[in-house]
Amino acid sequence: MSKFKKKSDGGTPAISTASLPDIVFMLLFFFMVATVMRENSLKIKNSLPVANQVEKLDKKNPVSYIYMGKPSAGYEKFGTESRIQLNDQFAELSEVGAFIGAERAALREELIPFLTVALKVDKDANMGIVGDVKQELRKVNALKINYTTGVGDALNNIK
Amino acid sequence: MAKRSAPEVNAGSMADIAFLLLIFFLVTTTIEKDSGINRKLPPMEEEDQPDVVIKQKNIFTVLLNGKDQLLVEDELMDVKDLRAAAIEFLDNNGDQSCTYCKGAKDTSSSDNPDKAIISLKNDRETSYATYISVQNELVAAYNVLRNRRALELGPQQGFTGMNFVEMQKSYKDARFVGNKTKLKEVINQIKVEFPQKLSEVQ
Repeated sequence: MSKFKKKSDGGTPAISTASLPDIVFMLLFFFMVATVMRENSLKIKNSLPVANQVEKLDKKNPVSYIYMGKPSAGYEKFGTESRIQLNDQFAELSEVGAFIGAERAALREELIPFLTVALKVDKDANMGIVGDVKQELRKVNALKINYTTGVGDALNNIK
Repeated sequence: MAKRSAPEVNAGSMADIAFLLLIFFLVTTTIEKDSGINRKLPPMEEEDQPDVVIKQKNIFTVLLNGKDQLLVEDELMDVKDLRAAAIEFLDNNGDQSCTYCKGAKDTSSSDNPDKAIISLKNDRETSYATYISVQNELVAAYNVLRNRRALELGPQQGFTGMNFVEMQKSYKDARFVGNKTKLKEVINQIKVEFPQKLSEVQ
């Protein structure tokens, strides 16, 4: 009579869950790596135009963002004309100068001349507001700008 | 009839698979970076500055009206033809002082790339999308000429088969193996030979 006889009970064996933590960690790491922290929540419509002669925005130098576009759904009370958004709120044209001042104050002194202003403008906006903002930027001597665009054939912008 | 027990799946290698996937995604994901067209705004004019006289033939006027129509040198034009027209203007070499130009040498068009200025004017009602397309085409015109020059200059300095855009990319790339000071010299020379003189009228 053998001592090592297999027990033959009919119950289903439990599935090992030992590797579940691995899977969870894998997902955790993946999302940790792939997520971009959203800096501002947008209150405006902001679908960028495309261009193919683009340069990468150098993150080694400081970048400030100015958003422009029509107020999106839920913010209709701010009108249907294109508006400026600075940080988290709608802003008037006159606030642009102060905004750049505040951005500069937060920087180390040697980096101030390298501040780039990225204009994220909705493609349906008109040039009036963009021109006004550019004029304000010239007044405060923030001359390095970047028209942020997607990558694609520029001729697709025009319907 | 007795129910057969299902054989247990060996889960020991699950962790390996997980790590394999983790490493794969770690290597392949790139965090999205913003890209766009870099421009430099002109500084505010000081009061008593003498007016600089520029010959009319050295100015290439591009006008965008409120209906998104493009007017180039007083003629209606499609955006897709703008690039070729701008190249023709910049590369014209009217006074024949530019040895690397291949243009028509038309005396009624621009003197040389250093004097040629593109003037862009837009209306308040112009749509931003059209404006970006036009900017893109004008930048493209400069890039075409600079690329051509880079392919001529590069081999003498040991950068064979690199166009201007690739040179700039390599210069910014930390992993680039090669002489960066030499590369910078070539880039600067091309920038001087084909300066981007794009003025925007307010």
